[in-house]
Amino acid sequence: MNTTILLLLAQDGVTNGAIYALLGFGLVLVFAVTRVILIPQGEFITFGALTYAALASGKLPGTAELACALGFVAFCVEMFSIRHQFTTGRLVRATALYILAPALALVLAQFACRGTSSATINIALSLMIVGPIGLYLYRIAYQPIAHASVLVLLIASVGVHLALQGLALLFFGAEGMRAPTITDVAASIGPLRVTGQTLAVYIVAASLIVALWLFFGHTVYGKALRATAVNRIGARLVGIRTVLSGQIAFMLAAGIGAISGILIVPMTTIYYDSGFLIGLKGFIAAIVGGLASYPLTAAAAVAVGIVEAFSSFYASNFKEVIVFALIVPVLLARSLSAPIMEEEKD
Amino acid sequence: MTEMLLSVKNASVSYGKVEAVREVSLDVAPGEIVTIVGANGAGKTTLLNSIMGILPFRGQVQIDGCRFERLDIEDRVAAGLFLVPEHRELFTSMTVADNLVLGGFRTSRSSATAALQRVYAMFPRLKERRLQLAGTLSGGEQQMLAMGRALMGEPKLLMLDEPSLGLAPRIVADIFTIIGDLRAAGIAVLLVEQNAQAALRIADRAYVMELGSFVLGGAASKIAGDPRVVASYLGFEQGMSHQETAS
Repeated sequence: MNTTILLLLAQDGVTNGAIYALLGFGLVLVFAVTRVILIPQGEFITFGALTYAALASGKLPGTAELACALGFVAFCVEMFSIRHQFTTGRLVRATALYILAPALALVLAQFACRGTSSATINIALSLMIVGPIGLYLYRIAYQPIAHASVLVLLIASVGVHLALQGLALLFFGAEGMRAPTITDVAASIGPLRVTGQTLAVYIVAASLIVALWLFFGHTVYGKALRATAVNRIGARLVGIRTVLSGQIAFMLAAGIGAISGILIVPMTTIYYDSGFLIGLKGFIAAIVGGLASYPLTAAAAVAVGIVEAFSSFYASNFKEVIVFALIVPVLLARSLSAPIMEEEKD
Repeated sequence: MTEMLLSVKNASVSYGKVEAVREVSLDVAPGEIVTIVGANGAGKTTLLNSIMGILPFRGQVQIDGCRFERLDIEDRVAAGLFLVPEHRELFTSMTVADNLVLGGFRTSRSSATAALQRVYAMFPRLKERRLQLAGTLSGGEQQMLAMGRALMGEPKLLMLDEPSLGLAPRIVADIFTIIGDLRAAGIAVLLVEQNAQAALRIADRAYVMELGSFVLGGAASKIAGDPRVVASYLGFEQGMSHQETAS
């Protein structure tokens, strides 16, 4: 092994690690607010990647229609659940959120894929489509069982993951897609070639980390989301709608997943089921961080990325095995060192 | 008669087949202190939680003349109804200042800043400890924080569930002084207390609750002089032992 290869592998690892960190953050965020382990995070990557790739190649992304369909189901669920507490304000809000918002995104997507829209517009539109899908999923699958145990919520997550993977196959087909790079700028630093795309990964990851830190540490809404996680009853008693907190957390996580997908899809071909494996690596990082610590999650994500890069060089057949085996000693150490925690009662 | 701030009619709450609160009706006028006294297990906490919307119940709840029984906790908070629950339900892993800021979650930023100054003036101890985590406070400080957090929301009616529970006598005296001050600030208080003597001394009106129903109601001074109340809940020197046999 020489220094050049070492540097190349390290660079590759850090790039992937930055994306895993984003995904890990989404998981920590959702778990903290709702106690849901977000296995469908991988599908948000797929949806983001394929939506962006479809828009970039001038096709109407299937997710735009999927968002409308899920929005309609969420609307029906909402109407059923408020049937005894019906007010006009609630009807207007539900119609705007579940029917009009995805319809608007669909119309915009139709316009965008007719002409040649810029990358910025495609990215914004992808987020506008995939973000609400997260919110609708929360409304449909998780909100009715928000008070259930972590285990029940986990099983619901497995179900949502399987359902979404099937829907992804239906809407995008079995063929993989790849998008053009955001920019073709590239520079060489010694033996390393830094492309605009990898630079974009670093910049987006770093700015999202700072944005999340500012949001949770310094805004009332961010603090309200944290408060929901700490004490649900306490939060409701000061007027924080914990239902809304859950919906916002899911929308943020879906948005983060979609951004990760958009960043990856110019570098590798994404299939309808690719997201799951990528999401699992973010999951490892989140577990190392105890599903609670953002800095630990970020550090673990970079470590996962680097281990992955080196193991794909030395033992590419065992790449995934080595990466996922990382979690075993961590779980062992955690179960030995951490006190036994009682399930939170609601 | 003036417009009632809170009006509860025929409220009943059941845990399964057990009826914890039976056909209770009560009123609170603006700026008034009303207390509910009664032994452990009489249903006082259950009644407060159902007025707040935490527990489902049968009956009517009106706030400022509007019906609220079909609306959520958050809607009742928006109407100016705040509960300081028995277990305080603080955000223990967040700072004192953050707990207070979240108390003003529904109010505008400028009125939240003013409210924060008022709360710090009322509880100087909280100002000293504003950067400390809420979970590290003493019991009395946590009670002050729970009250301060509720006051941040600019309540019209503050419901206090056992504010003196488990606190040192000096701190209890402080807390009752502050409850008295709330009347001057125009905030109505619905106070549930086991310390009947102190509660009846500051209240305008009182209800006595036994086994889920109100057995007496009227001016606090009159209730405090009622022979049955004196025997069961006050009883001066032997008051505590009587109360314990009652529960």
